[in-house]
Amino acid sequence: MTEIALDTRVAAATDTRRRVRRLGPGKRIPFTRGIGPLLLIGVWSLGSAAGRLDPRVLPAPWSVVHTGWTLWQSGTLGPDLAISLQRAAEGFAIGLVAGVVLALVAGLSRVGAAVIDGNVQVNRALPILGMIPLFILWLGIGETFKISIIAIAVYIPIYINLSAGLSAIDRRFVELAETLGLGRWEFLRQVVIPGALPGFFTGLRLGVTSAWLALVVVEEVNATSGLGYLMYQQATYGLIDSVVLGLVIYGIWGFASDLVVRLVERRVLSWRRTLAD
Amino acid sequence: MAAHVGGLTVRALTRGFGARTVLHDVDLEIPRGQFVALVGRSGSGKSTLLRAIAGIDFEVEGSGRIEAPERVSVVFQDSRLLPWRRVLANVLLGLPRQAADRARAAIAEVGLAGREDAWPNQLSGGEAQRAALARSLAREPELLLADEPFGALDALTRIKMHTLLRELWERHRPTVLLVTHDVDEAVLLADRVLVLEEGRFSLDLPIDLPHPRSARDERLAGYRDRLLTALGVEQAQPVLEEVAS
Repeated sequence: MTEIALDTRVAAATDTRRRVRRLGPGKRIPFTRGIGPLLLIGVWSLGSAAGRLDPRVLPAPWSVVHTGWTLWQSGTLGPDLAISLQRAAEGFAIGLVAGVVLALVAGLSRVGAAVIDGNVQVNRALPILGMIPLFILWLGIGETFKISIIAIAVYIPIYINLSAGLSAIDRRFVELAETLGLGRWEFLRQVVIPGALPGFFTGLRLGVTSAWLALVVVEEVNATSGLGYLMYQQATYGLIDSVVLGLVIYGIWGFASDLVVRLVERRVLSWRRTLAD
Repeated sequence: MAAHVGGLTVRALTRGFGARTVLHDVDLEIPRGQFVALVGRSGSGKSTLLRAIAGIDFEVEGSGRIEAPERVSVVFQDSRLLPWRRVLANVLLGLPRQAADRARAAIAEVGLAGREDAWPNQLSGGEAQRAALARSLAREPELLLADEPFGALDALTRIKMHTLLRELWERHRPTVLLVTHDVDEAVLLADRVLVLEEGRFSLDLPIDLPHPRSARDERLAGYRDRLLTALGVEQAQPVLEEVAS
């Protein structure tokens, strides 16, 4: 009884603030994921300003920004960025659709699983870099080749994680659906798809990252346009500022796209309460 | 057959898993609107029987005939609410959208009015089980099958749920088959208690006491003793109870 009384008093004294979970990761920090990169840029700036960083190894942030502005002004950067974004978006879209469709077919029918799953597992074991020569022979070095490679890099993680999500659906819910007399479509809509969404989002985030990775790879192999091409070209002239600029842009794209997926995920999966929330 | 519309008839039901036979040639007749409790030790086959009647014993070998009404609802030991659907959507699951009023009424009837938009993980164990009852109720079942629905609840919540279930039955009069391992629960709620032992009925005991019954009613003790004896439980309890009181 004393315990309860004590508890009430504590709660009364601190009712204006929320108590933080004792075994949780701690208090919420606003804009948590931005802090790391900002710190890194801070250290980088300090190092450059203090003259501790050799600009031939790593140029100062402002000189990278300046290079970016100059390239943008001269009309070199804009078109390359546009073509890169277009490649990434097209490859990602195709990979997303392929990953989702294949995972659904394999996850919802035994025949589908027999035909699809083994092949995807083999495909997954092949390094993307290893497939590039074959795809060049098949498709040439044009856009089709680049988009295909990106799509492959994207569909695999989406397929794997969505499949895992589908097979993790609790059998008790299947039983419930049977007792409630749900039809196949209702079962998919009410049980299977929402139940597999957490796995899908894991796959989606990995897929987004893979899209950028694949983009860099295909743009540095036989490309004649795009951000990767630009970096490569400038590197041959020893223009390290442009190379760092390219990396920074890739970093911003990757970070921003992951942020968007996370935001969507948090909205869609608002029913879930995890330790991180 | 027509005599049992809304009731339940089971004939020569046999079920087994591999070499082990769980139900031996079981016959059961429950008239429409009767509240029956099925007790038995774990492994006696009571869940197997309920799942057979519910038609969810897929891939279980067996034979026999079951005549059940068209609208059958099952309440499980866990509430089995879909965590990604709010309470109202869970209750409405599988029903046409026009049934929303009926679903709201069912939610209100189990005492959850105002919680329609809550997520299942915001509910307490008792509330979740109420929502599961509402989900069954909204289907206007002719036969309600309940598989130890209060087994996971704490004692106080269980008492409230007993009252609620009995009230709902009074109002809607479905045929009820309540599987439980709790003899007190059985004699408190049911009009008839069946004891299942190693896949056969060993006792069919009508409980002729008016409702609402009180757990303190001394007349319950006689029924309880007979059931416990049928279940093979040694009767040392009366002595202990006297000492305690």
